[in-house]
Amino acid sequence: MQFGVFTVGDVTPDPTTGRTPTEGERLQAMVTIARKAEEVGLDVFATGEHHNPPFVPSSPTTMLGYIAGLTERLILSTATTLITTNDPVKIAEDFAMLQHMADGRVDLMLGRGNQGPVYPWFGQDIRQGIPLSIENYHLLHRLWREDVVDWQGRFRTPLQGFTSTPRPLDGVPPFVWHGSIRSPEIAEQAAYYGNGFFHNHIFWPKEHTQRMVELYRQRFEHYGHGSADQAVVGLGGQVFMRRNSQDAVAEFRPYFDDAPVYGGGPSLERFMADTPLTVGSPQQVIDRTLSFRDYVGDYQRQLFLIDHAGLPLKTVLEQLDMLGEEVVPVLREEFAARKPDHVPEAPTHESRRAQQQNTGGSAE
Amino acid sequence: MTSVLTISAGLSQPSSTRLLADRLSTAVRGEQGEETAVDVVELRDHAHDITDNLLTGFANQRLRQVLELVDGADGLVLTSPVFTASYSGLFKSFVDVVDPESVRYKPVLLAATGGTERHSLVLEHALRPLLSYLRAQPVPTAVYAASADWGNDTELNQRITRAAGELATAVRTEPERVRTDPFDDPVPFEQLFQDTTAH
Repeated sequence: MQFGVFTVGDVTPDPTTGRTPTEGERLQAMVTIARKAEEVGLDVFATGEHHNPPFVPSSPTTMLGYIAGLTERLILSTATTLITTNDPVKIAEDFAMLQHMADGRVDLMLGRGNQGPVYPWFGQDIRQGIPLSIENYHLLHRLWREDVVDWQGRFRTPLQGFTSTPRPLDGVPPFVWHGSIRSPEIAEQAAYYGNGFFHNHIFWPKEHTQRMVELYRQRFEHYGHGSADQAVVGLGGQVFMRRNSQDAVAEFRPYFDDAPVYGGGPSLERFMADTPLTVGSPQQVIDRTLSFRDYVGDYQRQLFLIDHAGLPLKTVLEQLDMLGEEVVPVLREEFAARKPDHVPEAPTHESRRAQQQNTGGSAE
Repeated sequence: MTSVLTISAGLSQPSSTRLLADRLSTAVRGEQGEETAVDVVELRDHAHDITDNLLTGFANQRLRQVLELVDGADGLVLTSPVFTASYSGLFKSFVDVVDPESVRYKPVLLAATGGTERHSLVLEHALRPLLSYLRAQPVPTAVYAASADWGNDTELNQRITRAAGELATAVRTEPERVRTDPFDDPVPFEQLFQDTTAH
C-alpha cells in the first residue's frame, strides 16, 4: 500500500499570528514538504491545480519536475489535474515529459474542478463538466497509446496526423486516477477504463466515499478488469497529531475554527464525528485510518492532507515526522496483514512496464 | 400509510407559527383519516445544523434525518412567520438545503403568520413562487394567521379546514413517485460517451 500527502496549495493566514506567507514561501514550503515526505519514508506527493487566489499551484508539472530532481523514490502525482479546462493534448505532453524527467515516478489524478469562474476563463462551460471529462480523457487516453492520432470531438479543435511528444516513457502511459466526490459518472468512467478511483475523503461524511467506491468496484468488475475487490482505490484523509490528543486538539482548534471550507461552521468535535478528520495522538490516527478499510475494502493508496488552514511549515514537518516514524510503519504492517493476496498493489511505472512486457502489448 | 410532514419556522417559544402548524396538522389528519402520520419539525431545533450545512456543503446526521422525512413525506405543510416582507431567513435557508428532488411534484400546503393581516400576500408573492420554482404543487388555499385571528371570528378555522381538505385530496390523487438512484442504476459508459459525442 502507498502512503503519501496531498496538498491543495492554499495561501492562508496563520490565524494564531495573523501572518500570511508569500506565494513564493508557500510554493517553496510545498517543495520542502515533498522532500520531507520522501525523507520520512512516504511514497507519494500530490499537488492540486488551481487558477485563482488564494491558491498558488497553477502549473503542477513545473513543480513536480523540480521535485523530481530533488528526490529519488517519491511518486509525483496531482490532486487533481483539471481534465475539463486543460487541453488534453497539453496534459499528454506535460505528463509524458515529467515521466522522462522523473524516470517514471509519475501518475496523475483527474478531476473536474469546482471553481465556477475557472471554466469561462479557460473558454469552457461548467455545465459541460461531465462531457468535458469524458471527451477530454478519451483523447488523452488515445494520445498516450497511439503514435499518430486523427481525432475530432465536440470541445477541441480537430487533429489530423498528430503525434504527442515525447512518447510515454518505455511506452507505458502514466497511471491515471479519476477523482470525484459524488458524481457517479466519474466512478463509471474510472471503471470503464480500468483506471484507479480516488475519493478525496476529507471535509465530507464517509457515506459519499462509500457509495462512490462501491459503484466503482461493481462497474470495474462489470467491465471485466478483475473482481470488484481488485479495483484500484485511493483515499484522502485529514489529520493533525501530537503525542497527547488533548494537545493536538488545543493546537489545531484555532486553525480549524478559521479554516477555509468549514471554518465558522460546526465545532471541531462535531466535524471529527461527521467527516474523516482525525485530530489526536498517532495511535488515534492509526485506528481511524485502519477503520477506512471497513467501508471501502482493501485499498491501494492513502494520502493525508496535513498542510492547509495556515499551519506553519515547521508544524507540518513535525506532522510528517510522526507519520513517517510512528503512523505509516504500523499502517503498512496492519493493512498488509489484512489484505488478501489476490488484491493488487497500486500500479507503478515498473509494475506496468513489467505487465506490458509479459503481455507483449498494452499495460491495460 | 400516508405521511404528511409539517415544518414550522417559528422562532419564539411558544410560537404562533407553531400554533398554526399544529392546527393545520390536526386538520390534515382529520381529512386524511387515522391512517395518516403527521410529524412536525421545528426548524429552530435545527438552526445551527442548517447553517452548518450552508457552510460545509453537507447535512449532519441530525439534519439528514429531517431531510429524509421531507423526502419520504407524501405531502408537506410549510409554515413561516413573516419577517421583513417575506418568509423568514431560517425558512429560506432550510429550503436551500432541501434536495429539489424531494419536493418535486409534491402537494404542499403553505401557511404564514404575522402581526397584521397586511402581510398576508406574502403567501402569494413569496412562498408560492418559491415552491412553484421547485416544481412542488402548492394547493390553492394558503392560510395566513395574523395576531388578531387568534381572538376574533375571522373564519381562520374555515380556511384551515379548506386548505387541509385540498392537501388531503392532492395527496390521495398523487401519482406514485418513481425515483431512480444513479448509484443503483448507473448510466453505462457507452451511453455517457454517446451523449457527449452526439451533440
